[in-house]
Amino acid sequence: MKENLEKNYTEDPFDYEAVEEVLERYQDEKGALIPILQAIQEAYGYLPREALEYAARQLKTPLSKIFGVATFYAQFHLTPRGKNIIRVCQGTACHVRGAAKIMQALREQLDLDVDGTTEDLKFTLESVACIGACGLAPVIMINDDTFGRLTPDKIAGILEKY
Amino acid sequence: MTKVNITINGQQLEVDASMTILEAAESAGIEIPTFCHDPELTRVGACRICVVEVAGARNLPAACTTPVSEGMVIETESERVIKARRVNLQLIWANHPQDCLTCEKTGSCKLQDYSYRYNVTGSPYQGEAKVFELDNTNPFFFRDLNKCIYCGKCVRKCFEVNGAGAIEFMYRGFNSKVTTAFDVPLEESSCVMCGMCVDVCPVGALTPLQGLHNNRPWEVEKVLTTCPYCGCGCTYYLHVKNDKIVGLTPNFEGPLKGHMCVKGRFGWDFVDSPDRLKTPLIKKDGEFVEATWDEALDLVASKFKEVRAQYGPDAIAGLSSARTTNEENYLFQKLLRSLGTNNVDHCARL
Amino acid sequence: MERRRILLCAGTGCISSGSLAVKEALLNELEKRGIADQFEIVTSGCHGFCEQGPIVIVHPEDIFYCRVQAEDVPELVEEYLVNGRVVDRLLFKDPISGEAVKNHMEIGFYAKQSRRVLHNCGVIDPENVDEYLAQGGYEGLKNALQMSPVEVIEEVKKSGLRGRGGAGFPTGLKWEFTYKAQGDKKYVVCNADEGDPGAFMDRSVLEGDPHAVIEGMLIAAYAIGADEGYVYVRAEYPLAIKRLRLAIEAANRLGYLGKNIMGTDFSFQLKIKEGAGAFVCGEETALLASIEGERGMPRPRPPFPANSGLWGKPTCLNNVETFANIPLIFRIGVEEYTKVGTERSKGTKIFALTGKINNTGLAEVPMGITMREIIFDIGGGIKGGKKFKAVQIGGPSGGCLPEEQLDLPVDYDSLTAAGAMMGSGGLVIMDEETCMVDLARFFLTFTQKESCGKCTPCREGTKRMLEILERITQGNGEDGDLEMLEELATTIKDSSLCGLGQTAPNPVLSTLRYFREEYEEHIYEKKCRAGVCTNLVSYFILPDKCVGCTVCARNCPVNAISGERKAPHEIDQSVCIKCGVCYEKCKFDAIILK
Ligand SMILES: Cc1cc2nc3c(=O)[nH]c(=O)nc-3n(C[C@H](O)[C@H](O)[C@H](O)COP(=O)(O)O)c2cc1C
Ligand code: SF4
Ligand code: SF4
Ligand code: SF4
Ligand code: FES
Repeated sequence: MKENLEKNYTEDPFDYEAVEEVLERYQDEKGALIPILQAIQEAYGYLPREALEYAARQLKTPLSKIFGVATFYAQFHLTPRGKNIIRVCQGTACHVRGAAKIMQALREQLDLDVDGTTEDLKFTLESVACIGACGLAPVIMINDDTFGRLTPDKIAGILEKY
Repeated sequence: MTKVNITINGQQLEVDASMTILEAAESAGIEIPTFCHDPELTRVGACRICVVEVAGARNLPAACTTPVSEGMVIETESERVIKARRVNLQLIWANHPQDCLTCEKTGSCKLQDYSYRYNVTGSPYQGEAKVFELDNTNPFFFRDLNKCIYCGKCVRKCFEVNGAGAIEFMYRGFNSKVTTAFDVPLEESSCVMCGMCVDVCPVGALTPLQGLHNNRPWEVEKVLTTCPYCGCGCTYYLHVKNDKIVGLTPNFEGPLKGHMCVKGRFGWDFVDSPDRLKTPLIKKDGEFVEATWDEALDLVASKFKEVRAQYGPDAIAGLSSARTTNEENYLFQKLLRSLGTNNVDHCARL
Repeated sequence: MERRRILLCAGTGCISSGSLAVKEALLNELEKRGIADQFEIVTSGCHGFCEQGPIVIVHPEDIFYCRVQAEDVPELVEEYLVNGRVVDRLLFKDPISGEAVKNHMEIGFYAKQSRRVLHNCGVIDPENVDEYLAQGGYEGLKNALQMSPVEVIEEVKKSGLRGRGGAGFPTGLKWEFTYKAQGDKKYVVCNADEGDPGAFMDRSVLEGDPHAVIEGMLIAAYAIGADEGYVYVRAEYPLAIKRLRLAIEAANRLGYLGKNIMGTDFSFQLKIKEGAGAFVCGEETALLASIEGERGMPRPRPPFPANSGLWGKPTCLNNVETFANIPLIFRIGVEEYTKVGTERSKGTKIFALTGKINNTGLAEVPMGITMREIIFDIGGGIKGGKKFKAVQIGGPSGGCLPEEQLDLPVDYDSLTAAGAMMGSGGLVIMDEETCMVDLARFFLTFTQKESCGKCTPCREGTKRMLEILERITQGNGEDGDLEMLEELATTIKDSSLCGLGQTAPNPVLSTLRYFREEYEEHIYEKKCRAGVCTNLVSYFILPDKCVGCTVCARNCPVNAISGERKAPHEIDQSVCIKCGVCYEKCKFDAIILK
């Protein structure tokens, strides 16, 4: 899950409005670092370095601690991600029913590795631990949509919808 | 203080109920190995080298975090304990460079000591080993995280004692790394180079640059002394080899428990500097010439008198240094007031 | 006129197979025919039978339709709702007899269940608190508030309830410790992090009956003296979070949460914290660290959360299903509650059935039922008539049981003795096509990835175990590997800091215990009898079955297959990369794995 941190600074002047709003919203909540990071990610699509530095100053928390939390949890991303997030379930049921072949098909069709993002920022491919739809294995999720009982030949058709 | 009765390695003891197994064992002169434990820092129970066998327990609890309780029967070197310690040491070795020959830590390294104690010659496990780039970007010490064993003492020292919070555990699991935010070199982080992390690292991951490749722990004499930099009076041991200072360890037993700042920790190399003044200099015909202390002090006294006679006492002012103690500052202001001036100040106020 | 009730499952499983579209179609169709007012359409929580989703049940006659799609709706309305003729093709077909089953409770999957904690799931609309109240909701709380906290704790102790989150610690005892702990402030925390791959009972309870969890937490808070609580839910459960949020709002509105609850001086406020994707945060001390905004790294115990938990205050932490049992105990009474279960494990347990089984889904069963009943009666046996091989219980922390152990009555202690564990209740059923070495490798991949990295044995040891297992499954196993695995497993179990490391070797140890010969075959004969480890198998074409359709040859990415049209084909083993495409494409079962 090591990300190339160089990509983390944006080239354009940074827009602090969203992170300011997030910090204001949580100012009275104790131990709110994780919800704050979730909200920052919700606003920017990832955790931009500028926003984390700003949050560290405002929260009077060492930046190292924030970075430590951000890199601990699988949900957080330090680099920009694709518009559509494809999550391939690696749960037990999916594994038993052929998740590896689904992943292979996706990797080939998107020309990506796991955790990669397409050049046009359209798709990011990830694997996730069980998403709890085991009855439908193998399953993938694209954004909030779930696709179940998959076979590799169904992949192309699904991707076309996005 | 409530007491409890316990048995360690067959020895019956009555100890404070508030003690951990480790403390109880130490009080009886029984040494249990530790990597991550430091009495001054939060107890984390991370390295698991201190595990012991407690009768009735399912697993092997860590001695450093488990409190004693009435009737506890503890074995600190049972077969099961030794096996766990050996495997854990082997696991560390599977991910650790095997270059003790040239490692600065040789002779004072806990990994080496315990490997010797339990006769661990290396690792039977082959597989992925992490490779980190050496960070030698700051002038005081380098970080070779390939040698890090994740005891986390440096992190706790930096957060709990210094307060700089420069380094933390990043990522997770096998990919963990003890580093700065965004993995920048220490100099670009909130690190203040106090070096306290260096002095708690049980292995060779954090190494001072001073004295590199010119001394081994068994070659040096350790001389207890007091830091000359400020009034705090921290004490530490200077490492002396052939009449030269080659290194330093803080005095963990002293009143300051080994706390240090960048100046005291790393700023001792002036002692042998060729530029260092060893006698006073007096300017004669535009040139500085070596003089004795008597000559110099006589000159200062006569100049003071001259100035006071000609311009009055308020033409004299004294500025004291941060290296002085309270007592010295007291005497300093006395001296100036005896010259008739109240113009006394201290560099800390500038 | 009494309106007929149509229950439409809106659990995560059914929604992803299209139940919301069915609802829309149903509303449209009934509207179009002008009969909408004769029906009440209720979107319920999960019925547990997700594989058959979307599920539609019509009351009062309790007809069970499954795999209903929006296209089926006009026929369903016309034939059944209007003309009363059952639509056979939408009924459930018994996987063994092949017969269609009309009624909900006649389906094998439901017949042997004892739906007590799940009694509301799939029956009420979880977004409507009135439906919860109509089923006796908050009566348990009312009864509890008439007792003293000590009496409440006494009742829970007498109920014999043990934690459903994995370890099976007696809940009453935990409450008592928290009650007795000194503190100016106390917390109740619900563990809804459910990270075990293959388990989804907590999600279903939260989605289908969120008030039951709130009620259970309220009773706990009253008993231990807490005025604040958190539910820590994994972020991957958006629907559960939404329904819980709605339920908390409703409970606040009706005065079940907030100040002076039901006219007493007991006050309690409840908040939701969303997880951020770390399995280890299901471990209680890591979970608390995570609520505090820290890296989710476990802390040594003692001190236990009961004495020093959230922000150092005494904290009572229980699992979702544990809390969901509480209202039941206080509604029906201890005597009634303890009629179900075994001597040392009372009540029911919800299991999630997955893997190579006909009826995958959630089943709530009485403790003491045998694994055989769960798998063959409720689960409907093995898919495709294959032979049962083993069942993995308790997910990545658990172990497997072979055929010989299936008649074991299921409870906490018997499972532990057999080398498995109750865990969260995930059951993965495996048939002869499952490779046990690969299975152990799979679970270890999971735990290794989820290790927090704090302690040496788990951080370094699981990695080495995984590497050895990978080597074995790739055909590079060596003499001595099994001994090395065992030595690592023992040390990791013995010396890890938290439950993750202490249980991570279980799948390896239990497969070694029951299926050692499979490991040995992989290592010494370079053979995988299940045909799963690709490096150890080859694909062959059976000449008598091959009709020469050429589909395999056309799809082979490396052109390893040759043969004339309409004549048997052949695979060149030196070229084949074992991708398995041919095996999947052949319509005549002419390709086999050996
Ligand atoms: C690695 C690990 C993961 C766990 N995951 C969960 C979980 O997802 N849900 C849960 O309720 N308990 C989980 N537990 C168990 C909890 O630590 C704790 O024992 C439990 O929530 C207590 O509640 P109970 O007494 O009601 O079972 C996990 C434990 C470990 C070691
Ligand atoms: S030198 Fe001091 S401030 Fe810098 S990382 Fe080490 S402990 Fe922290
Ligand atoms: S650098 Fe040294 S002190 Fe810091 S975690 Fe690694 S081994 Fe421990
Ligand atoms: S056992 Fe594993 S998950 Fe638990 S503290 Fe140790 S490294 Fe972390
Ligand atoms: S010294 Fe006890 S766990 Fe590290």
